[in-house]
Amino acid sequence: MTALLPLVILCPLAVSIILLLSRGAMPARATCGLVALGMGLCAAIAVTEAVTFLTGPASTGALHVVLWNWMHVGGFGAQFALTLDRLSLVMMLVVSVVGFLILLYACAYMIDDPDIARFFTYMTLFVASMELLVLSSDLLGVYVGWEGVGVCSYLLVGFWYHERPNALAARKAFVVTRIGDALFLVGLLLLATGVGRLDIGSVLAIAPMAPRPAIALGCFLILGGAAAKSAMVPLQTWLPDAMAGPTPVSALIHAATMVTAGVYLIARLHAMFLLVPGIMFLCAVIGFITLLLAAGAAMVQTDIKRVLAYSTMSQLGYMYLALGCGAWQAAIFHLVTHAIFKALLFMGAGSIILRVHHEQDIFRMGGLRKSMPVVFYAFLAGAAALAGLPLISAGYFSKEMILTSAYNVAPLFWLGGVFGAFLTSIYIFRCVFITFWGHERTHPHGRTTIVEFVPLVILAVLAIVAGWVQTPEVIAPMHLFSTLLAPVFGPLPEEHGGGMLLLIGSIVPIIGVSIAWALYKPRHKAPVPLETPWTRTLRADWGFDALYDVLFVKPYFALARLNRGDAVIGFFGAVAWVTRTGGAMFAHMQSGQVRRYAGWIAAGTVLALCLAV
Amino acid sequence: MNPNDPGAALAIAVVLFVLGLLGVMVRRNLLFMLISVEIMLNAAGLAFIAAGTRYHMADGQVMFLMILAYAAAEAAVGLAIVLRMHAAGRATLDADTGNRLKG
Amino acid sequence: MSISLLLYGLVAICATAMVITRTAAVHALLYMVVALLALACVFDTLGAPFAALLEVIVYAGAIMVLFVFVVMMLNIGSPAEQREKSWLSGGIWVVPSLLALGLLVTLLIGLRSGAVPAIVQGAAPIGPREVGLALYGPYILTVELSSFLLLAGLVSAFHIGRRIGGAGIAPLHPDGVHVGVNEHRGVDR
Repeated sequence: MTALLPLVILCPLAVSIILLLSRGAMPARATCGLVALGMGLCAAIAVTEAVTFLTGPASTGALHVVLWNWMHVGGFGAQFALTLDRLSLVMMLVVSVVGFLILLYACAYMIDDPDIARFFTYMTLFVASMELLVLSSDLLGVYVGWEGVGVCSYLLVGFWYHERPNALAARKAFVVTRIGDALFLVGLLLLATGVGRLDIGSVLAIAPMAPRPAIALGCFLILGGAAAKSAMVPLQTWLPDAMAGPTPVSALIHAATMVTAGVYLIARLHAMFLLVPGIMFLCAVIGFITLLLAAGAAMVQTDIKRVLAYSTMSQLGYMYLALGCGAWQAAIFHLVTHAIFKALLFMGAGSIILRVHHEQDIFRMGGLRKSMPVVFYAFLAGAAALAGLPLISAGYFSKEMILTSAYNVAPLFWLGGVFGAFLTSIYIFRCVFITFWGHERTHPHGRTTIVEFVPLVILAVLAIVAGWVQTPEVIAPMHLFSTLLAPVFGPLPEEHGGGMLLLIGSIVPIIGVSIAWALYKPRHKAPVPLETPWTRTLRADWGFDALYDVLFVKPYFALARLNRGDAVIGFFGAVAWVTRTGGAMFAHMQSGQVRRYAGWIAAGTVLALCLAV
Repeated sequence: MNPNDPGAALAIAVVLFVLGLLGVMVRRNLLFMLISVEIMLNAAGLAFIAAGTRYHMADGQVMFLMILAYAAAEAAVGLAIVLRMHAAGRATLDADTGNRLKG
Repeated sequence: MSISLLLYGLVAICATAMVITRTAAVHALLYMVVALLALACVFDTLGAPFAALLEVIVYAGAIMVLFVFVVMMLNIGSPAEQREKSWLSGGIWVVPSLLALGLLVTLLIGLRSGAVPAIVQGAAPIGPREVGLALYGPYILTVELSSFLLLAGLVSAFHIGRRIGGAGIAPLHPDGVHVGVNEHRGVDR
């Protein structure tokens, strides 16, 4: 079945190319049909591959598909090859199945947009790049996919580029992630010069023998690249603004897949990161800070998509915390559940936004529970999973797994994580109560179509039950997920204090929901956002934007203004001027007058003799 | 003064060469320019012969013979061009208008 | 001997100076013949009798006569002399003279700094025998190349002069002034 593996990448790529070549001439329905077909094929092949791989002989190892020799320069060689092991299998399934559902939803969401072909060109190209990223067995191929998803993110955030804020948000996302991409690339080059190869197997095999400072530096740079992609502090400022894109984009790129690419990358290279505990600790600290900062910022947002964006950052912080604590299974498990429930939340939010005239302020919604019940229940399931309500949500199990691991590394991390979970349950249910309860402040119009319902319902069911594949020992001896990943990460370490931690972790979200209900339960007076200097700072991302504006943007603009005349081009202009004038001068010599030529020859001879004598 | 001393002969050659060059640069008539070129070729030949005498070798005269052959070929072609120009209506043989290559 | 060398050289230089300043082509050619004969004497004085004879026979004899024939064919009259005079007047001399002077000075300085005294005292002249041996010994290839050059010169001279006075060239006015109306037709066909 190895022949089918490249098709996981090729199917979306082919759709993208067809749509690109059609130049929007295809009718909207045909475009949607093509996308659904291509992505459906991609998902079906991915599932088939997964089943054959897990039942096949190599199910604990890895399946290599070498497509061609990419380059062989000097001592450096790279192959264009795909690897299917249990980690990339999980990622491939997430990308293709969740991607399929989101693109199906996007068909309904974008059907009225005149640029639907362009939208799906980017979206399918994104899926292809993401599949390449997770499947490539060579870090160079990973980098190609990494840049591909970055470009698609830029194009899709600025999809409605006629409005200036959207274009600016796209630029910001691109520039900030580019910092990380540059770090990542430098890290890769460092590894390439140090190790000589970039295929992941060789790198991991040689890394223990390599000098430790070089490995530490490479890990640090790769962590920097991953942090920028995943919107970790201090490179987190782009993600809230990236919500300017269409909502399916936020669901697919900025919640389910691209932002988790960094988590995947670090998990993929975990053997190398294990060599440098300092970088691991840094990773945990970054995740810890981000999860608290983002949760705090999400408390006061008024835009429903920004609430979800900050919650994404916060949940990614949990994943980085898990990675830093060496809980690889927990990180990947949370990645999967997060992809499910966050995609669900974004799609629910998208359905609401579509119905209420593209209003995104939750304080202008309200009472939507009755007018759009399916969306309400789906959103509720997603919110429960995000808050980590015990037993009935997928997020509960994955988050508990992370918190338990964090407790075993440092109790402070555990404490922060629980506090983050507390904040999470407050802010998401604040959003739920304000949006779905109380009086209607905007009357929804139209209907939510069946094409939107299908992905919503599927993901809602998954968000409730998917957590049961991996449960703590106290509740039930279910270890499907960690067993699945055991060949890659090794067996799950022994954990202590499970029962007590679990109890606290289960009670905290319920308390949070209760507080949210107490604060935002329906009253006669419509709720209004809090307006204090403190909340304003929080709402503006703790002032990071303003800080970066003063630290980087303003000086850069000042420099640019200083160099308005462009010194560099002035130099080249001078070169061009000298050449042109000299040429004109010498052109006069070429007069066709024999006597002048003789004169020039004489002058040249004199000069040459003067130099020679 | 030694007749085999190449210095005097070379000085004569230099003066002749410069005079020939001056002629090429000054005269506008193509015929005179050709004559001046002949002068320059002769000067070069004189230099070769002086050098041959200095080292007492036949090579200098061989080179002079070569120059002779070149001068003959050059004179043949140059004079043909002069005749052609004249016949084509440029009776003045003005080299300054020679860049209008018609005829 | 050395006095004669200088004397012949002086004659050659003076005659050459006359050549480049004459307005009448025939005068210039005659001075040129004088200069060539003086040069032949210089060659002989330098111990190169074969070269001296060739200078007389080929240069003064053949090439110069060719020039004279051409001048006769061109049928240059007094208007041409007037024109030459006008062409040679005034500032036209300034820049070429400066250039020539510069070249002269640099060459002479180079000569003074680079000249080496003679090593052979009163050696016998180099006769035709030695020259012939050198010519058909080590220089045989050069001779062949020269023959190619002469052949090429012959062919091109023939080609250029092919149709002079024939079809396609407008007839000449008796005093040498062209009266053709279709100058652009004077192209080889």
